[in-house]
Amino acid sequence: MIYRETGQFKTSYAADQQIFPIRQDRIGILLLLAVAFLVVPAVAGNYWFNAILIPFLIFSLAALGLNILTGYAGQLSLGSAAFMAVGAYAAYNFQVRIEGMPILLSFILAGLTAAGVGILFGLPSLRIKGFYLAVATLAAQFFIVWCLTKFPYLSNNSSSGVISVPNVEILGFTFDTPQSRYLLVLSIVAVLALLAKNMVRSTTGRAWMAVRDMDVAAEVIGIRLMRTKLLAFAVSSFYCGVAGALYAFCYLGSVEPDGFSLDLSFKILFMIIVGGVGSILGSFLGAAFILLLPIFLDIALPALSDLLGLPFGSATVSHIQLMVFGALIMFFLIVEPHGLARLWQIGKEKLRLWPFPH
Amino acid sequence: MIKKFKQLAIATSVAAACFGAVLPSAQAAEEQFFMIPSYRVGPYGANGQAFYGGFIDYLSYVNMKGGIDGVQVTWEECETEYNNAKGVECYERMKSKAQKAPGPIHTMATGISYALVDKSAADKLPLAMMGYGLTSAVDGSVFPWAFPLVTTYQMQASAIIKFLKDKNNGSLEGKKIVFLYHDSAYGKEPILALEAEARLGKFELVQIPVAHPGNEQGSQWLRIRQEKPDYVIMWGWGVMNQTALKAAQKVGYPRDKMIGSWWAGSEEDTVPAGDAAKGYMSATWNVAGKGVPLIADIEKTVYGGGKGNLSDKSKLGTVLYNRGVSAAVLSVEALLTAQAKYGKGKAMNAEQVRWGLENLNITEARLRQIGATGLLPDVKTSCSNHEGSGKVKMQQWDGSKWVVLTDWIEGNKQLIHPLFQADAAKYAKEKGVTPRDCSKEK
Repeated sequence: MIYRETGQFKTSYAADQQIFPIRQDRIGILLLLAVAFLVVPAVAGNYWFNAILIPFLIFSLAALGLNILTGYAGQLSLGSAAFMAVGAYAAYNFQVRIEGMPILLSFILAGLTAAGVGILFGLPSLRIKGFYLAVATLAAQFFIVWCLTKFPYLSNNSSSGVISVPNVEILGFTFDTPQSRYLLVLSIVAVLALLAKNMVRSTTGRAWMAVRDMDVAAEVIGIRLMRTKLLAFAVSSFYCGVAGALYAFCYLGSVEPDGFSLDLSFKILFMIIVGGVGSILGSFLGAAFILLLPIFLDIALPALSDLLGLPFGSATVSHIQLMVFGALIMFFLIVEPHGLARLWQIGKEKLRLWPFPH
Repeated sequence: MIKKFKQLAIATSVAAACFGAVLPSAQAAEEQFFMIPSYRVGPYGANGQAFYGGFIDYLSYVNMKGGIDGVQVTWEECETEYNNAKGVECYERMKSKAQKAPGPIHTMATGISYALVDKSAADKLPLAMMGYGLTSAVDGSVFPWAFPLVTTYQMQASAIIKFLKDKNNGSLEGKKIVFLYHDSAYGKEPILALEAEARLGKFELVQIPVAHPGNEQGSQWLRIRQEKPDYVIMWGWGVMNQTALKAAQKVGYPRDKMIGSWWAGSEEDTVPAGDAAKGYMSATWNVAGKGVPLIADIEKTVYGGGKGNLSDKSKLGTVLYNRGVSAAVLSVEALLTAQAKYGKGKAMNAEQVRWGLENLNITEARLRQIGATGLLPDVKTSCSNHEGSGKVKMQQWDGSKWVVLTDWIEGNKQLIHPLFQADAAKYAKEKGVTPRDCSKEK
């Protein structure tokens, strides 16, 4: 009822091929953007910006990057955190070493650097597949972190290997409030997400999906495997690289190579698995789930144990939090193996028929 | 059904998070709020339990004794898992509560304190980094809000070298020393200081990194066996320490030639290593054991009153427990110092607490008064010296407990402090910070 497209006639190819062919979707996404750009900055507090919204957007971007590679092109990767590290350190170096470098250009160059590194570590994908490829990308994870610790040049000879980023400034405006940083991150993420959405609908995206579904068949119909796979690595690493740069500049302010550990790569992988492999929306839902649920449990469990008068120490609460988090991940994966994005889709189908089930 | 459940879950989570974030803190007028970003799970959980157990026990102890000149202490914990992003989240969550009357923030994690140095300076909240963290913050002219109190890695490294020199009739010339370190910010901090010491003392320094978390050290110890060093200085943390001790035993390297940093010298490091740890030495800025009157009194008062924080009472009196107590002692002393200037029996605001931390003067007499003689060294801070002491003791594991070997040893300040100032100046330039003029501070 709410979600019915009856009466929406498409009279041109352009209308038929737009990103959101259904009017309700278009209105929904515009509303969402309006809320994100106009309402949220007005009502959210510093805690929301610094601890929830900014990391959520940044990890959505990283998950989006991995989703392009794993979800659309079918290449399993465990190196996302490493590509984020490349982005963070590259942006830092461009910013510190070149006088008067515009920060946005630094972010783009950081993405491109990460893309270059991504292509390099994507080369094994031409010969190996599946879990074996995952192991090969694991090499990227360890090599890059090692490299960043090993060569002091990369951290501008910082005695501890930790980089502390300079201020973010565009055209004389300093992004020093959480609100302004949120808007900056949101703009970048919105643009890149739109780009990704369009990319996966284009020839490139269809080629990725063909390779994902069966690479021999894709080759037979004339898709060049090498180019397609490496392009997927490059684009994915670009997204992760930009996410890494934002992570350093707009979120933490100081990063060390150890922060980009395998744990973080796994976290990003879980985001797309929980959110939905091969779905742009899924990247956002997954990032929200993996990031926000622990925080929610962290806040809710002590309150709950107080309420019920349970004698939990803070250590116990932390352990329970981990257990509940793990159990919920399993619950969602069993109930809906295609991720939260699929749940949303089912919901839309239901809404379409509601209130008449037939 | 599932969808409903999901919506419900999301709705409640959003509601609860909003609630948690904006709920006004129920602080009465004269209360001092400590935010405690602690960790009790994860790879370093055992260390966190002991440290924060001691920290909180002392705060309870102070409350039971009538508070800080009548001002009650309140606190809230948040689990960081020693993870930078989580630490930042905890900080952001609790900072609004701490705005009015904060206690110094202790993260006991170098990475988290790095991430908080800029944030706490922007929010004007005092950040303490006792024996960890950004060591160039010793230069208080650039870092007014950050306090690497008591002593720093560099001064510790220098003190260890001094201790070794004394063992070798005053000179280490021609000796070979291996520096085995946790390959992270924490492990790398002392390298510059050690290199400076090596140039000065004409000994050879071999640096061998161990990747996090350090539970695999075969190749490193093979290298050490080939190098045949006179001493191994170890900058380890968590599981890396016991692994190193066991590996040393395996390759036959004498443990009494190994000296650890203060994060590599606790019961959590030696007990799991068993007899491999016997003879191993480490630096420390607080002594272990229940011999200190204050620790015994905490056990009697706090645990006797059923208010103890530790579920495992055997951690009482361990190195890290006592370090937590020491950290709390310094925080409370800073608040007392501030009260002496700004009004006794009043809760102190952030700027006043900062002043208190910057003008600490804890003498031996004062330590005796609170029953902490020998627990920690005397501390005297100023605008240009946020460290305040730079002294450590050497201790040795006799197989069942840590035995203190020396009196307080001070590192070579003339050599080390200029390194901090150079680093702080570089930081000020990169960040566009204008340093304060310390001669104008009072």
